[in-house]
Amino acid sequence: MSLNQEVDLLRSIPLFANIEPSKLKLLAFTSERLTFQEGQSLCHQGDMGDAAFLIVDGSADVIIEGPDGNNLTVAQVGRNAFVGEIAILCEVPRTATITATTKLETLRISKDLFFRLINEFPTMAVEIMRELARRQEQTNLQLSEANRRLRELEGGG
Amino acid sequence: MEKTVFGYVWRFSRPQQVILTVMSALSLPFLYLFYEVPKTIVNEAIQGERVSYPIDLGEKATLTLLGMDIPLLGPLELSVEQVTYLFILCGLFLVLVGINQGFKFVINVYKGLTGERMLRRLRYELYGRVLRFPLPTFRKMSQGEIIPMITTEVEPLGGFIGDAFSLPAFQGGYLLTILTFLFVQDWRMAAAAVMLYPLQVWLIPKLQRRVNLLGKERVRRVRRLSDRIGETVQGVQEVHAHDTSNFVLTDFANQLFSIYGVREQIYRKKFVIKFLNNSIQQLGPFAFYSIGGYFVINGELEIGTLVAAIAAHKDLAAPWKELLSYYQMQADATIKYEQVVSQFDPAGMRDAAYQLDEPDDLGPLSGELAIANLTLTDDQDAPVVDGISGRLTLDRRYAIVGAGGSGKDELTLLLARLLDPHQGSFNLGGREAADLPEAVTGRRVGHVGAAAFIFAGSIADNLFLGLKHRPLAAVTYEGEAAALRDEYVSEAHRSGNIDYDPDADWIDYAAAGVDGPDALRAAGLRVLDMIGMDEEIYQFGLRGTIDPSRRPDLAEAMLRARAGLREHLAADPTLVEGFDPDAYNTNASVGENLMFGNPVDDTFDVEHMAEHPYVLQVLAEVGLTDTFLSVGYQVAATMVELFADLPPDHELFQQFSFISADELPDVQALLQRSDRGNLAALPDEDRARLMSLPFKLIPARHRLGLVDEDLQAKVLEARRHFAANLPADLAASVEFFDAEKYNAAANIQDNILFGKVAYGQAQAAEKINTLIGNVVEELELHGTVAEVGLSYDVGIAGSRLAAAQRQKLALARAVLKRPDVLILSETTTSLDSASQARIMEGLLAEFEGRCLIWSVQRASMAADFDEVLVMRQGRILERGDYAELSQSNDHLKELLASE
Repeated sequence: MSLNQEVDLLRSIPLFANIEPSKLKLLAFTSERLTFQEGQSLCHQGDMGDAAFLIVDGSADVIIEGPDGNNLTVAQVGRNAFVGEIAILCEVPRTATITATTKLETLRISKDLFFRLINEFPTMAVEIMRELARRQEQTNLQLSEANRRLRELEGGG
Repeated sequence: MEKTVFGYVWRFSRPQQVILTVMSALSLPFLYLFYEVPKTIVNEAIQGERVSYPIDLGEKATLTLLGMDIPLLGPLELSVEQVTYLFILCGLFLVLVGINQGFKFVINVYKGLTGERMLRRLRYELYGRVLRFPLPTFRKMSQGEIIPMITTEVEPLGGFIGDAFSLPAFQGGYLLTILTFLFVQDWRMAAAAVMLYPLQVWLIPKLQRRVNLLGKERVRRVRRLSDRIGETVQGVQEVHAHDTSNFVLTDFANQLFSIYGVREQIYRKKFVIKFLNNSIQQLGPFAFYSIGGYFVINGELEIGTLVAAIAAHKDLAAPWKELLSYYQMQADATIKYEQVVSQFDPAGMRDAAYQLDEPDDLGPLSGELAIANLTLTDDQDAPVVDGISGRLTLDRRYAIVGAGGSGKDELTLLLARLLDPHQGSFNLGGREAADLPEAVTGRRVGHVGAAAFIFAGSIADNLFLGLKHRPLAAVTYEGEAAALRDEYVSEAHRSGNIDYDPDADWIDYAAAGVDGPDALRAAGLRVLDMIGMDEEIYQFGLRGTIDPSRRPDLAEAMLRARAGLREHLAADPTLVEGFDPDAYNTNASVGENLMFGNPVDDTFDVEHMAEHPYVLQVLAEVGLTDTFLSVGYQVAATMVELFADLPPDHELFQQFSFISADELPDVQALLQRSDRGNLAALPDEDRARLMSLPFKLIPARHRLGLVDEDLQAKVLEARRHFAANLPADLAASVEFFDAEKYNAAANIQDNILFGKVAYGQAQAAEKINTLIGNVVEELELHGTVAEVGLSYDVGIAGSRLAAAQRQKLALARAVLKRPDVLILSETTTSLDSASQARIMEGLLAEFEGRCLIWSVQRASMAADFDEVLVMRQGRILERGDYAELSQSNDHLKELLASE
């Protein structure tokens, strides 16, 4: 896939939709095109992160490893998903492990470049906020669902 | 050393000086004749004064000496006419020219060689003295002072030494000859010619003495200057870290000013001397003209005598000038010599014998290390090691513990004989340590300090350094090499240098317990393994290169590894794109694809490939020139589009741009003024710029879509062209990729890989590393690769190694020579605690039954030693078993608690 195709792809993603093509080209050119085989991990929970990934093709599981070794798949991500950004946004260790469930094509966007884009394009920051808020919303829903089930279980016990 | 330069010269070059003086003396009569013959030619042969032709040659060639006539040509009777006489005399003149120049040549060469040999001797002696300095000397004397003394300061002495005796002899003789001649002719006139000499002889030295003192001062200041430069180079990190450049520069400027001040005074005084000298010289004619003229007018003196006196005065000027300048040179040399020599005679210097003696008995040390009242004081006479006595047995392992400043480091230095005690002594295996030469202490005892030094060279050079004491296996030379070696030895003897062969095999294999180079490398790797440096050496090896012509076995082994890796890669073919002569490699640059090989030198360096006429010729032949121009144009346009808005210092430029930030505006302008449809019409410079861009394109990485299949096919054609028509003189500049051949221009890893790691495959590098590791393991090549790692260049003072690696290497060096006593002092401070523990375990096992004395940095590290010595304030407070001491309510417990 050539650079121009990647630019088209980027433009179809809401996060990057409002960024001018030449900047997307720079983003595509300076990002590494990385292929993961099924079962390979993009990042490991607890490692320090230095890049985020844009999934170009394929799908992956987002897995949170519990303290007792229980692994919990919290989400499945696919084409056009932007993952691994929390660790570079908040400078915290990776909050989850992301493992490819099929052959996975990604664009690896380094931390420096990512911040540069956010600085230059407020619209992108807004898009990221929107995405994070959406996830927060989802998490809240999941949390209340979990609480409800927990109460049911306790009530049942 | 001799106190004066004349003493030194006389002691070491007496025969040469005598020969020089004799040669100078022998040349005098010919020189005299050389001036005499032209006079005869003019007066007799040309003007025909006082002779009548034909003249008898036999009678003419008679020397009158002490009233006797000695016929030089024997009883020859040969009458010649005027013209013939003229040509005979001219022939004689020619012969004299030859003789005089011959003398000059021989004397000058001999003088030069004598001076150089003496200079070599002096430098060698000074350097040898540096090696015998007691360690504390180096606290007061920096390398910045020592280096110029041995190199530049003594340099002029070489020139002086050749002249030391012969010049005054020759010029003095010359002067005396002329003077004698003059006095014989007319004593009054001669006296007049030299009447002002006493004034000069009295005055000049007086002035010169002051110049000498200033000269001394100048030498001192320049030395301080070089000391400061050396210090700045060593501490340059601090200079930058604290922004003290201006302070340092100012200090330097100040020193330069003070040197200038001295220099200025020297110049003034020197030229005052010259002024006086020349003025006095001119007083002679003044006296002749005035006084002599007066006498001539009064009829008391003949005019001829006056003219002769003036001429004689002129003749005298040359040797007299030479003598005076010799005097100045001599004064200068004397200062330099004394200044240097006085610095090289510090108190407590060890004997030369201590260093050079090779005792017969080098057997292992056994028994006891008996210490009696060992005392060392610091500069202020405070005791650092305070009267330590005790006995250690040479088959146990001791730990010395104590806080910083407890004297434990100094004790280890004393025991390794690196420092001399101020009082007391110790006895090593029944022999008084003070009497032991370095041959014993340096081989049977090992010492590694915290700042162990690593020399420039390879890891192997450093590792085996402790085994190089004497050349053991002599090299036999033949033919020219033998003659050269003989000359080396005889020259060494002439200047009192050591005559060992630097190219001989110096390694004492027996000391390492092995029988040859191969076993030694194995032993070295075993020790490095024990020290925990094996993995690093292996990695160095992978990145190292070998010369397949010298080590065909290694090259062959790497080819096997290449084949092995290919089998492994069959399971995951996406990881590596191998080099295939008939396929375009999308993970390699266009330049690499074109050349299909590695550049051996700068000729075909990727950065400058587009400038090489042969490359351009190949491109033109396959019709790629226009394509390259067009691709170059598109690359340039893309780069301008991508990077034009970025600030020039943005790191993306360095990482990704084909065009540097400085060049970008130029390229932008270039694009604007060029017509895309007619790039061939661009000026050469612009074309060259565009042409250079496609060479760096890597399709798999840059994804610009510019290297299409058509272009790839063309590049393959160019590749064949490039190889087929490569001129013979360029053949050595490329090492082509050949699946069956080891590539000498690539490192071992690339040779095994024989391809490019594919871009865009996650963790490809790690996977490849593992695969290569597996292959190397399977083929049992780990040792072979590590062996190559031994040739890794460690850089100046080991700067290409990390501090921890330097310490490990220094330790390995000391262990490899299998000392009976190994003394370590805070040797593992740069290492992490896991490595420390591993090394300690290994060393304790290695030195089971031998003596290990280890000054450890933390008391808890002493746990596994046979015995612990606890030091405080220069004394051993307690010694014994670690378990017992740590239980008793005493010093060790205190130290442990404070950790």
